[in-house]
Amino acid sequence: MSDTIILEVARFNPEDGGEPSYQSYEVPLRPDWMVLDGLNHIKDQLDGSLAFRWSCRMGICGSCGMMVNGMPTLTCETLLMNYAPGPIRIAPLDHFPVVKDLVVDLDDFLAKLQKVRPWVVRKDDFKPAREFMQSPAQLEAFHQFSLCINCTLCYAACPVSGLDPNFIGPAAIALAHRYNLDSRDQGIEDRLDIVSQHEGIWDCTVVGECSVVCPKHVDPSLAIQQFKLTATKEWFKSFLLPRGKH
Amino acid sequence: MSAGKRSNEPVVWFLFGAGGFLAAYFLPVHVLFYGLLFPTGLVHAPGYQETLALVRHPLARIYLFALLTFCFFHAAHRMRLTLSDVLNLRHLNTVLAFVCYGGALVGTAFTVWLLLTV
Repeated sequence: MSDTIILEVARFNPEDGGEPSYQSYEVPLRPDWMVLDGLNHIKDQLDGSLAFRWSCRMGICGSCGMMVNGMPTLTCETLLMNYAPGPIRIAPLDHFPVVKDLVVDLDDFLAKLQKVRPWVVRKDDFKPAREFMQSPAQLEAFHQFSLCINCTLCYAACPVSGLDPNFIGPAAIALAHRYNLDSRDQGIEDRLDIVSQHEGIWDCTVVGECSVVCPKHVDPSLAIQQFKLTATKEWFKSFLLPRGKH
Repeated sequence: MSAGKRSNEPVVWFLFGAGGFLAAYFLPVHVLFYGLLFPTGLVHAPGYQETLALVRHPLARIYLFALLTFCFFHAAHRMRLTLSDVLNLRHLNTVLAFVCYGGALVGTAFTVWLLLTV
């Protein structure tokens, strides 16, 4: 087997006014190298002008998500060997505006995330004397949805995100659901006001690719379906008891 | 995306969900009996008069009404979303909703007429 592999990397610099293109680089094919190691080799040894995001190298920070051979992938967790003999085509995440090369603009995602209030909301002025206590069952209710690292691979995988830029999207809805399911939280009404709009859960057509690509095995598709059930119950409650506080 | 404009989609989603449940659990039973077991003679097929008597029973009418109506709305919702996303007709959303759910309403009306006159 060859001891090198070709990476075809998407290049785009809006300041040059140039068109997006692919540039090929030959990098060492080592058994313990991830795709990210290949990119860092390019940056350090071959072409310092290549721009991409990375930080922790261990699947926690969620910054190195890219399209690898068309699939949304965390490059720090994916071996170069998986794609031997290559070439490997690396592009910025689908459905996001590109800032430069492999760097995408996350402002829109971060704004959506903030809108769904992904933190513990209290409506009373209860001040606990110590930590809130939770049973293992109460923790289990939301635990898997709390594992999201905001890598946005699910947005790149979701065809609805591509069709409707206003769609709140898988990760933000899964995190809203995570706090709805938290026994300490009282913010479900606020979140329903945002997430039960058309651009929220109702835009989802259950393609399910978000859950397939998630590197942390979160199931955003399940979160959205459970959220739909909650929203439907609330809709019928407010329809049958329009004056009641629901 | 300000607060307070919750979608009315729960109505059609509820009909879609209920129809999906019935289509998954009950329709296959009908297909198995009328499509396979009766024609092949593995199970004795009821005659016309027997079937007619069964359909005229009030509980059978209620069952058939629920089964067919919810399945119509299930199909309508699926058709609307498929057309709007696969054929990229999102801009025609209102027209698609009118045609698809309108079709389901026509199917429902026809079902009611059939069940009341049979």
